[in-house]
Parts: sequence; C-alpha cells; structure tokens
Amino acid sequence: MIMDNGLNPASENNKEYVIRLKDIVKKFYIGRPNELEILHGISMDVKRGEFVSIVGPSGSGKSTLMNVIGVLDKPTSGTYYLDGINVEEADEDELSDIRNQKIGFVFQTYNLISKTTALSNVELPMLYAGVSARKRRERAMELLSLVEMEDRAKHLPEELSGGQKQRVAIARAMANSPAIILADEPTGALDTKTGRLVMDIFHKLHKEQGITIVLITHSPELAKETERILPLRDGNIIYGGDSPDLSAV
Amino acid sequence: MLFKENVILALRSLKSNKMRAFLTMLGIIIGVSAVIAILTVGNSITKNVTSMMNGLGANDVFIAVQEKKNSTETEDEIKALKVDGLNFGKSSSSTKMQQSDYITTEMIYSMCEEFKDEIYAVNIYDQLGNADVAYEGKKAKNSVVGTSVGFYLSNSVDVVEGTMFSPSDFDEGKYTCLIPTYTAKRLFGKNYKDAIGQEITAETSYGDVLLTVIGVYKTNGRNGMMMQMGTSIHSTYVPLKTAMALDHSSGQYSFFQVSAKDGINPNSLKGKVKSFLEPYFRNNARYTVAVVTYENILNMFYKLLGMITLAISIIAGIALLVGGIGVMNIMLVSVTERTREIGTRKALGARNSSIRAQFIVEAVIICLIGGIIGVVFGILMGNVASYFLGYPADPSILGIVISLGVSSAVGLFFGYFPANKAARLNPIEALRYE
Repeated sequence: MIMDNGLNPASENNKEYVIRLKDIVKKFYIGRPNELEILHGISMDVKRGEFVSIVGPSGSGKSTLMNVIGVLDKPTSGTYYLDGINVEEADEDELSDIRNQKIGFVFQTYNLISKTTALSNVELPMLYAGVSARKRRERAMELLSLVEMEDRAKHLPEELSGGQKQRVAIARAMANSPAIILADEPTGALDTKTGRLVMDIFHKLHKEQGITIVLITHSPELAKETERILPLRDGNIIYGGDSPDLSAV
Repeated sequence: MLFKENVILALRSLKSNKMRAFLTMLGIIIGVSAVIAILTVGNSITKNVTSMMNGLGANDVFIAVQEKKNSTETEDEIKALKVDGLNFGKSSSSTKMQQSDYITTEMIYSMCEEFKDEIYAVNIYDQLGNADVAYEGKKAKNSVVGTSVGFYLSNSVDVVEGTMFSPSDFDEGKYTCLIPTYTAKRLFGKNYKDAIGQEITAETSYGDVLLTVIGVYKTNGRNGMMMQMGTSIHSTYVPLKTAMALDHSSGQYSFFQVSAKDGINPNSLKGKVKSFLEPYFRNNARYTVAVVTYENILNMFYKLLGMITLAISIIAGIALLVGGIGVMNIMLVSVTERTREIGTRKALGARNSSIRAQFIVEAVIICLIGGIIGVVFGILMGNVASYFLGYPADPSILGIVISLGVSSAVGLFFGYFPANKAARLNPIEALRYE
C-alpha cells in the first residue's frame, strides 16, 4: 500500500473507503482569544475491511481524533465522510443515528451499563435502533457466543472479570453491524494475558467477519499487530504507510 | 417503542435504591393519602346525609332563639349557626338568657293554631344536658332530652325493641325512657332485648333519676341529623313533662322543631313561622328567632364539608409540591450519578429524546407508585375514620383517578428538568466523568 494521506476528490463517496478525513482541524476555545488547536489539519482514510491503528503518546490528540471519528464531536473545519455520509451536514439526532448504525465503540473502561445483564447490554444499541425484542435477543446471543460469553449472558457486569466485560463490550459494539469498530485503548485496563485475549478477538473478527477496526492506542507493540499504523504526534499524522516507522512514536 | 424498556429500566433503578425511592415518594404518599382519606370520609358522609334528606326529614323546620345580629338575612342565620359550631339552638353568649328571651308554650300554641293546615307536628325538646346513664355499674355517656308528643307523631326515631312512648307517658310525665342502641349495647350487652322494663339511673345535673326503659331506638335521618348537629350522638329520651319536672322549667324553650304536612313546602312554612314569631322578639334587644329548614342545615353542612375538603386539598397540594421538589432533587442526583451511563448510551446511539424519556419515565414511575401507595393508605385511613363516624366508607373513584393523574403530572413536571439536563449532556464530557 502506498502513502494514503491525501484524498482523491473524485472518490469522496467511494464505497471502498469507510473513513475519509480531509484537513480536519479541531480547536477548543478556552474563552477568547485563547484557542487551543489540537488537530492541525489531519487527512486520512480507512478502507473497508482494514485493521488500522492510530498510535501516539498522550497529548498527541488521540482522544480528540477518536471523538471526531466516532462523531461524538464535530471538527472545527475539514470534511469527514463516514461510510459515504458527510458528517458535517448531520444534525444532533442524525449524529446519534450515525453512531448507532455506523460505529461500534469499545472503551478502555468497558462502560457496560451497570445493573443490566450482559445480554441487555448487547441488546442496547439494537434497542435504540428499534429492533424487535425477539430479534434483539437472537442477535445478542449470537454475538455473545462469538466472543465466547454466551454462558454469562444473564450475568451482571459486576459479576464479570475485566476481560469478560471487554468481550461483552465488543459484542455490544457489533450489535448493529457497524461500518467500523472504534476501540479506544481496549486493553488499557487489562493485564497482559487478558489483553492478549481481547486482541485475539479483534483479529478473529477482522479475519473471519471482515470487520473494519480502528484501534487507538499509545502502545507501539499493539499497533504493530495491525495492518497499518497511523502515528499521531502533536495533532498531525506523521506517517501513514503500511510499513510503519515506529521510531517516530 | 422504548416505553416498555424505560419502565423496566425505571423499576430496576428503583429496586436498586429502595430506601431512597421510598423517601422520595413520601411527600407524594402523604399528599395523595390525605386527599383520598378526606374524599372517602366526605363522600360517605355526603351520601349518607343526602339519603337521609331524601328519605326523611325533608319536611322539618327548626326554630331556635338566637342572638340578634345586625342583619336578619338567611345568610347571617347560617353564619350564626356556624359560629355556634354544632350547638344550634343554644346561646353562644356568655350572658345568660332571661326568662323573656325564651320561646313560650303560648307562642307555640298560637303558632300551631295559625298554621294548623300546614303543620303536622311540633316537637319540643327540653335538654337536661349530658349525663352518665348507668345500669348495674355499667355506664354510658348520654345526653338526656325531654321530648314532646310531636316526637312520637313525626316518627323521629325507629324503635327496634320495646315500644314508643304512649300518649299517657307524655300526659302524665312518667319516668320512662327510650335509649339508643349504642347505650343499650353498653349497658345490656349485645342481646339488649333484656333492657326493656329495666330501671336505669341517669345521673343528670338535676340529680339522679331512675328511668324505666320502654324502648331501644335506632337513630334515623330525621332525628339523627338534628341530634348529631345539636347535642350528642347518643340521646336518652324522656317525656317532655318528666324533663320539665326535673329542671323546673315552665314552658320555655330555646329550640323546637316543626314538621310540615305532606305537600307543604317547608321553605314557605319557614317564612311564615319566622314572620309569626319575630314580632314577639321585636322589643328584645338581644335575642330573636332563627328559623332554618333541613335544606338550610344541609347546605351549611355541605359548605362546611367543602371548606374542610378545600383546606385539606391545599395542604395535600403543598405536600405534593414539596414531594415533587424532592423527586426533582433525587432525579438530579441520579442524573449526576449516572453521567457515564448517559455518555455511554449516547455513544451507542441514544438520541437526546430517548435519554429524556428514560428519566421522565423514571420520575413518573416514582410518583405513580407513590400515588398508588397513597391511594391505598388513604382508603385505609378513610375507612377507619368512616368507621368511627359510623358511616359506611365510600371511596371516591373519581378522586382516585384524579389523584393518580396528578401524581403522574407531578412526576412529569418535576422530572422534566433533570431529564432534560441528562438529555443535553455532552457525550464526550459524560464519558470522561469520574
């Protein structure tokens, strides 16, 4: 794969790409005239079926970039096409629907809804999508068995180990068959062994289901496992090829 | 679509915080139970009184000596009645009534003569005041009342055991008496048939009197109403002449009752009686006669009941308001506690409206459950109160429906602000919230 940072203007709606960011700038206003520019014009694409990682030290703008990619936040300027949809034009409800349909979040801290069973947690995105109760249940059980958690379906998050919680969270992220899974330090709160297990699940989903995964991490070791590394530093992607030079990270 | 899930979610949330949920509901429970209790009691009293009114007593006109007010309008008479509380026919003045202030036997006779085509019976009472009625060491508080032959004519009470006074009881002033079922039960036990013919002692302020029980009566509408308004719920009746011999009164009354003949409008009789008796008091500086019909008394009663209902409703309204603020407070706490959950839900695709609905449903459920508990508790209290008042309880269905509606509205109103706060949380900040 060649350097792929610039967008081909003719192919903004190209179905080959799931994520197309062009000149994304994100500024925060801490009261005028103080503005803090975190992202300085980032351009990047992710192709359908890719497993890429965005890697960088803390303070590099990883979280801000993740929020933009996850449409939790809008960029100050620049264009963002997610699965062919221009995110800029979407209103608040449409952004909710985009998150619901196109993105599967996996958080460092799992963020399962407490006092709610693993099964109900997996059902939740489908609930917001208006899927019928019976279909929700079927799909949720299917996904739980995919992450080998079907025998824990009726357990509450409080009764699960960290690794188990994260597997449930991955099943939940897959609920509406999203365009991408956006995983933010998914192994950050886990020990090495459990972290390995979670990474294996991502690889399995990627290989067997052809799922597009964007992994955000500070760890070069984890990043190396992915197909392509996008190193982020001081709000710029400094290299985006398929033969990563990790000395920059 | 999400409604069912929101209800399940709300119930789960309440279940995990039972104590807090209960304390939150308390204001609503108190408010609703107060309303339901008063409505239950009020409803049962109203129904009973109305049925009394319809069945009996509608023909009666009551005449009492009353302190003079500046105006003689009916409105003022009713006010005077109210000022006197439930002591119609008694002077509220601290200064004693003089001989010349009373209604005399002559006045009553000439009045009867004047309106003999309209008056069916005249019932004169001579009240001997409260007295312990005793039999073989067992006592019951009663008021002893002398009563005239009109009492007999107008079927003021239903005799359930023994007999009514005979004309000779009245004529000769015999020491006989009618006792109410309450007293009979107290003195003679459940099987009070044995009471007939027994001698009981009435410890009046005029001395102890031995009276032979000739009958046991059940209060009916006509008399029950008056006696409850007037002296005591439980009256032992003696012939008028007997009472007059005891208190040495010589045909002077502060109160009597006239029954109109069938087909005679008691309100028109009231006017006639009033204009007939008033001249006797024209030169009396302090007293005059007040004449009211059953209808007047009922209206006064309804007005009083309405005022009590209103007062309690206002208190209940304040309780609901305070309860609602409590619900809002707890919902705000709950939103803060669940900030991360809200962030997660938003990340998973919940629209603002879904989050808002979730918290509003929770607030409404808290209030609705509080309302249901309040209704149950209120009906219970209303039943207990009605039991002691001696009426069958009659919970108001409309009141229950409205109470539950108002509870839900309180939840909706006070839940909206916290729910909206939750809905408008920034998902990034919410996800980052520790």
